[in-house]
Amino acid sequence: MKLTVNGVEQTLDVDPAMPLLWALRDLLGLTGTKYGCGEALCGACTVHLDGEAVRACVTPVRRAEGKSVTTIEGLSADGKHPLQQAWLDLRVPQCGYCQAGQIMSAASLLRSKPRPTDEDIDQAMAGNLCRCGTYPRIRAAIKRAAGGDP
Amino acid sequence: MRFEVSRRGFIAGLGAGLAVALIPKAGGAVTPRAADGLGAHVLVHVALDGLVTIVCHRSEMGQGVRSSLPVLIGDELGVDPKRVVVQQAVGDAKYGDQNTDGSTSIRRGYDELRTAGAVTRMLLVAAAAKRWKVKPATCTAEQHRVVHAASKRSLGFEEVVAAASKLPVPKTVVMRPVTELTRVATPNLPVFDGLGFVTGTAKFGGDLALPGLVYAAIARPPVVGGKVAKLDASKALAVPGVTRVIEMPPAAPPWLFQPWGGVAVIATNTWAALKGRAALAIAWEHGDFADYSWPAYREQLLASVRAPGEPHRNVGDVDQAFAKAAQVVEAEYIVPHLSHLQMEPLVATARVAGDTCEVWVPTQHPQANRDAIAKLLGLPLEAVTVNVTLLGGAFGRKSKSDFVVEAAYIAKQLGDNVPVRVQWTREDDVKHGYYNAANAQRLRAALDAGKQVTGWHHRTALTPIGGTMNLAVDGPGEGDLQQGVTDLALGGIPNVRAEACKAPVRTRVGWYRSVYNIFHAFAVGSFIDEIAHARGADPRATWLEVIGPAKALSLQELGVKNLRNYGEKLDKHPVDAGRLRHVIERVTELANWSDRNGRFLGLAAHRSFVSYTGVVVSVVADPEHGFRIEDVWITMDAGMVVNQERVHSQLEGAVIMGISNVLYGGITHTAGVVDQTNFRDARVVRIHESPRRIHTDIVASTAPPSGVGEPGVPPVGAALANALFALTGKRLREVPFVTGVRS
Repeated sequence: MKLTVNGVEQTLDVDPAMPLLWALRDLLGLTGTKYGCGEALCGACTVHLDGEAVRACVTPVRRAEGKSVTTIEGLSADGKHPLQQAWLDLRVPQCGYCQAGQIMSAASLLRSKPRPTDEDIDQAMAGNLCRCGTYPRIRAAIKRAAGGDP
Repeated sequence: MRFEVSRRGFIAGLGAGLAVALIPKAGGAVTPRAADGLGAHVLVHVALDGLVTIVCHRSEMGQGVRSSLPVLIGDELGVDPKRVVVQQAVGDAKYGDQNTDGSTSIRRGYDELRTAGAVTRMLLVAAAAKRWKVKPATCTAEQHRVVHAASKRSLGFEEVVAAASKLPVPKTVVMRPVTELTRVATPNLPVFDGLGFVTGTAKFGGDLALPGLVYAAIARPPVVGGKVAKLDASKALAVPGVTRVIEMPPAAPPWLFQPWGGVAVIATNTWAALKGRAALAIAWEHGDFADYSWPAYREQLLASVRAPGEPHRNVGDVDQAFAKAAQVVEAEYIVPHLSHLQMEPLVATARVAGDTCEVWVPTQHPQANRDAIAKLLGLPLEAVTVNVTLLGGAFGRKSKSDFVVEAAYIAKQLGDNVPVRVQWTREDDVKHGYYNAANAQRLRAALDAGKQVTGWHHRTALTPIGGTMNLAVDGPGEGDLQQGVTDLALGGIPNVRAEACKAPVRTRVGWYRSVYNIFHAFAVGSFIDEIAHARGADPRATWLEVIGPAKALSLQELGVKNLRNYGEKLDKHPVDAGRLRHVIERVTELANWSDRNGRFLGLAAHRSFVSYTGVVVSVVADPEHGFRIEDVWITMDAGMVVNQERVHSQLEGAVIMGISNVLYGGITHTAGVVDQTNFRDARVVRIHESPRRIHTDIVASTAPPSGVGEPGVPPVGAALANALFALTGKRLREVPFVTGVRS
């Protein structure tokens, strides 16, 4: 089947039920998208499917057929997306493992709500777990990327 | 290689240049010079072009060692950070202790890290001084150059490195005054791997591309010690992509860090391996541990602390204090097993080629992995290479070798040169952990007619880690009580007794961030608040009264025969009631404790890993969720701090993990099988549940560095419970506070 990943058309000979997560990681070598739970409970695998944030671990690859997938590797050409920049400025990551998913969820939020409130952030980011406890900085970094205070 | 650095020298070094003897340990001779540059210490190499390679010999799991250790070495050496590369060490005893556990990287490594930088700098300086015919003591090193200020001359490291590599290693090493450690003093150091984290290029345990890689998932026995009774793999082998099914050797007690056994399914991708595993038909023989169920065991723990235990701490006459008491306060606290739930489930990649084995693993303990693999495969240590990737969280789980040994075993079965990655699912990780000890405590306090606390009687029943090593260990020993029972500063109470009560181990128990301090600090911190309310006194005043005068407490004053003290000498890291009082005074001042003004605050403090932490939590009523955590203030005294920014981030994380522990913590068993499955029932705090604001505060100190990663967590649970009591009048004595699954 054909799909576009980070702007590049890919042809995959694959079980159409395979979650997009494993297709990205094992077949395309895009390992920035992380496995955390396999049941859409933690958000570590968040990618964009035609611009919408989805959990790649429960998205069969067939659902991406003919569509455009953006992973963390494709969020910006140079790592300078305002969220990536804010994440570095505020030293958000600790272990770093969940952060690609956090940033992809936040990017989707900013697209629909360029100036999110705390409640918007709570709602959009509640599906993304961080065990190191970087939530206060994630909140601040989203606001910073949105041109807000921190 | 390790250098012995005297304590006297260490203290002197805080103010001025320091001379210490370089005494390599037996067999630990100074590293031979590299032909291509200067390698006077195993952690530092200076190439002929001046490029400095600093080895990070500890594992990066979010605590920031890669952002901190190289900075300390580099500052001591005098580098231009742009001309430094950091190399992650493989597991090798030549690097000294690599077990990244116990909050030790800075507190145990500080002297040696500086020595690595200093000895390298001295050789470069000596080479330049020789060329200039001046005394080395008149030269300095900064920004990758040796400078002779008096004559305004300087030479780049690249200009002197060849000559430096031919000089004898100095017998004494002179460290810089700490005021010259310029990057260490920077409040906002960058996260070393930050760009990789935000662009997805950082390499974690499962991220390495290897030619010919195959993927494995293992069906493990549901009960520890279980075995495969009957296996039908035909349906699994019929799954497209599945290439092989391998039966794993079963575990035999004691569990130690062995794999669990079970059946491995090998496939061409992870998904096929998981589908194949689901298609296995296995009848399990559960073995001797299928009788372990939490409701019954919980009762057993309570019964245990309701009877006398083995006393390990005694001051004064506790029985008499209670006999004479005008009022007795007593309470029981329960904390079940807890799981690490690090975001990266266990994963390991291994390849056996000829008589060698190489693994790529997110490990806290690469030397233990290397030992275990060498033993398993019958190889000499030198034939085993353990590459350490970034760790997607660990919290103690990745200090155990079970998941690494599994991969090496399968690689051996697959034969020559086939790399295999064993991926654990979240459910595997939840169900086959090394859990924090399950615990019950009973605390009693005697109050006299004037409401003074005259007696303290503490019993704890915890399932000791030692029981995972030796099934005959059926309860905590003296050492297990040294995390928040026998090492508590209780100088204000004249009569104190602490007892260890039986708690046999029926699962695998292991280290989890802060370990036994989690439940001891929860119970003690809650109980001091209970005493305060029973007295009608302010909790802060009660805390300070109970802790007693600001002084270092002797073993005799503590009422103990000895104290392991996290491996530190008591004269270097005393049980200092003054420092514990100080973090309480500071954190309550920051929280404006005296002026509650309608706020609901809870206070707790704790000393662990030879550091001191005070916490105040503020909660408000919330119509939807019952309560919301508004603010948390946390003050830590960890002695000298190397990377303030990463200490602040550790404190923020400690607050959130401490909240998760008490709100949701709880791994329970039914008939030996873990009840929880995934994040729906093994819950952790989400962003909307985390505090609105966390205010972190580091005590500026010249005391020797102490632990950071763990000591922030323990007082958080009690501070939250105490705040919730202030809000609701309901005392929460059992974890988890919140039960049920997430809708």
